[in-house]
Amino acid sequence: MWAFINKLRSPKWFYAISARLQPWFWAAALILIVTGSVWGLAFAPADYQQGNSFRIIYVHVPAAFLAQSIFVSLAVTGLVYMVWKIKIADMAATVMAPLGAAMTFVALFSGAVWGVPTWGTWWMWDARLTSMLILLFLYLGVIALRGAFASRDSASRAASVLAMVGVINIPIIKYSVDWWYTLHQPATFTVTGRAAMPMEMWLPLLIMVLGFYSFFIALTLMRTRSEILRREASKRWVRELAEETT
Amino acid sequence: MPASEGSLREGVAAVHEEPRGGLAVAVWATLKRDLVMLLRRRSEVLNPLVFFALVITLFPIGISPDPALLAAIAPGLLWVAALLAALLSLDSLFRADYDDGSLEQLLLTPQPLALLALAKVAVHWLLTGLPLALMAPVLGIMLALPAGSYLVLAISLALGSASLSLIGAIGAALTVGLSRGGVLLSLLVLPLYIPVLIFGAGAVQAAILGDGVLAHLAILGALLALALIFAPLAIAASLRISING
Amino acid sequence: MAFATLPEFLAMGGHAPYVWSAWGLTAVLLLGAVLHARFERRQVLRQLRRRVRREAHQAGRSGRAQPIQTSRGGSTNEA
Repeated sequence: MWAFINKLRSPKWFYAISARLQPWFWAAALILIVTGSVWGLAFAPADYQQGNSFRIIYVHVPAAFLAQSIFVSLAVTGLVYMVWKIKIADMAATVMAPLGAAMTFVALFSGAVWGVPTWGTWWMWDARLTSMLILLFLYLGVIALRGAFASRDSASRAASVLAMVGVINIPIIKYSVDWWYTLHQPATFTVTGRAAMPMEMWLPLLIMVLGFYSFFIALTLMRTRSEILRREASKRWVRELAEETT
Repeated sequence: MPASEGSLREGVAAVHEEPRGGLAVAVWATLKRDLVMLLRRRSEVLNPLVFFALVITLFPIGISPDPALLAAIAPGLLWVAALLAALLSLDSLFRADYDDGSLEQLLLTPQPLALLALAKVAVHWLLTGLPLALMAPVLGIMLALPAGSYLVLAISLALGSASLSLIGAIGAALTVGLSRGGVLLSLLVLPLYIPVLIFGAGAVQAAILGDGVLAHLAILGALLALALIFAPLAIAASLRISING
Repeated sequence: MAFATLPEFLAMGGHAPYVWSAWGLTAVLLLGAVLHARFERRQVLRQLRRRVRREAHQAGRSGRAQPIQTSRGGSTNEA
C-alpha cells in the first residue's frame, strides 16, 4: 500500500503507466458506447407507456451517474492531495471538474428534453432534475474557486476543501430535495424510478454506463498526462521526452 | 504593531504558564473582542436587517398586495429574504480581521483554530441570525402570514441561521484572501444552503397547515449539529489556505 | 430490431426532436471533450519543445552580455 502511494508521488511513473493503460480504456469506451448506442437506439423495445422517448434514458442515466461519481472523485483526490501532498491527485482533480460539469449539463438537458413528451413541459421541479441543477452549481463553484487564486497550491487546496464540503452535502441535499418534492408533488409519474425493467432494456443501459465510465477514465488519464507536462515542464525527464517526440 | 505583537507574545506566554484555563480563556476573549468590534461598527449589524425589510417590501410591490396571495408565499419569501440577508453579511465576517492582520495572529495562537473560528461564527450569528429571526415575525405581519406560525418562524430562523452562519463561514474563509470574493462567495455558499431552506420554510409551512412542526425543527437541529461538527474544521483549514497561500 | 425501416427509426415514433437532441448534445460534448484533449496535448507538447529550444538557445549564447537581445532574438526565431 505504502509502496503504491509512494509510486503515485512520482509523476514520471504515472506518465509511463498511464501511457500503457490509456489505449485499453479508450478501446473499451468506444466499443461499449457504440454497442450500447446501437442496442439502445435501434434494438431495445419501445416503452409501453412512453414509446420511443424513453431512449433518452441511455444518455440521461449514464451522464447523471458520471456527474455524481466525478464529484465524489473530486473530493477523494482533494483529500489525497491535502493529506499526502500527491500532486497527481490534484492534477486529476483539475482536469476532471470540467467533464463533471459537462456531464451534469448533459443530464439536465436530456432530463428537460425528456420532460416535454412525458410531462408536457420543458422544465419541472422534479427531485432528480433539481438535485442535478444544484450539483451543477456546486461544480461551477469548485471550478470558479480554483480559477480565483493566484497561487496554484492555494487554489488546489481551496478547491479540495470545497469539494469535500460539497460531497458531505450532496446526500443531505439529495434527501432534502426528495422530501421537498414528495411534499409539494404528490407522487406522480417518475421517468426513471420504475424498478421492473425488462432485461433487453436495462442491459444496454448497463453497457452505456460502463462505456461512460471507461470514457471518463480514459479522458482523465489523457488530460492528466498533458497536465503533468504542463506543470513539470522544468523537470529533466519532461525535457528529454519533449526532445524525443520532436 | 509592535505593541500588539508584544502583548500577544505575553498572552501566549501566559497561556503556556497556565494551560488549564488556556482554551476557555482564548475562546472567551475572541468572543468578547468580536462582540465589541461588531457593536462598534453598528452599520454592519444593521445593514442585513434593513436589507431584509427592504426585500420583503419589494415583493408585495412586485407581485400583488392581495393578502391571500401573499399569505401563500410568505413562508418561502421570509426564509429566502432572511437567507440572502445573512449571505450579505458573510463577506465581512473575516474581512476586517484579514485586512488588519489579526487573523494571522489568530492562526499563531496555540489554541485550536477551529474553536476560535467557532467563537467568531457564534458572534456573527448572535448579531445577524438572531436579530433576523426576531425581526421576521414583524415582517410576517406585513405579508399577512397566517396566525399560529409566527413563533415557529422565529424558532426555525434562529436554528437555521446558525447553520447558515457556520456553512457560510467556510465560504467566507475560502474567499477572504481574494480581492473580489463577494460574488464567488455567494456561488459557493448558496447551493449548500438549500437543505436548510427546505426544512426551515417547511417548518413554517407545516405550522400554517397545522401539521407537526417538531419533525422539521428536529431536522434543522440535526443539520445544525452536523454543521457544528464539520464546519469549524473546514473553516480552520480554509483560513490556513487563505492566509498562507 | 424495434424499427422496420430507416425513416421509422429516424422518426422515433414521433419523438424524434427529443430523442435526437438529447443524444446529439451528448455526442457533441463527448466528441468535443476528446478533440479538446487531443488539441491540448499537442499544444502542451509544442510549448514544451519551444521552451526547451529557447532555453538551449539562451544557454548557448549566455557568454555574451546581452541578455535582452538574446531573449528577443530567441523568441523571433521560434515565431
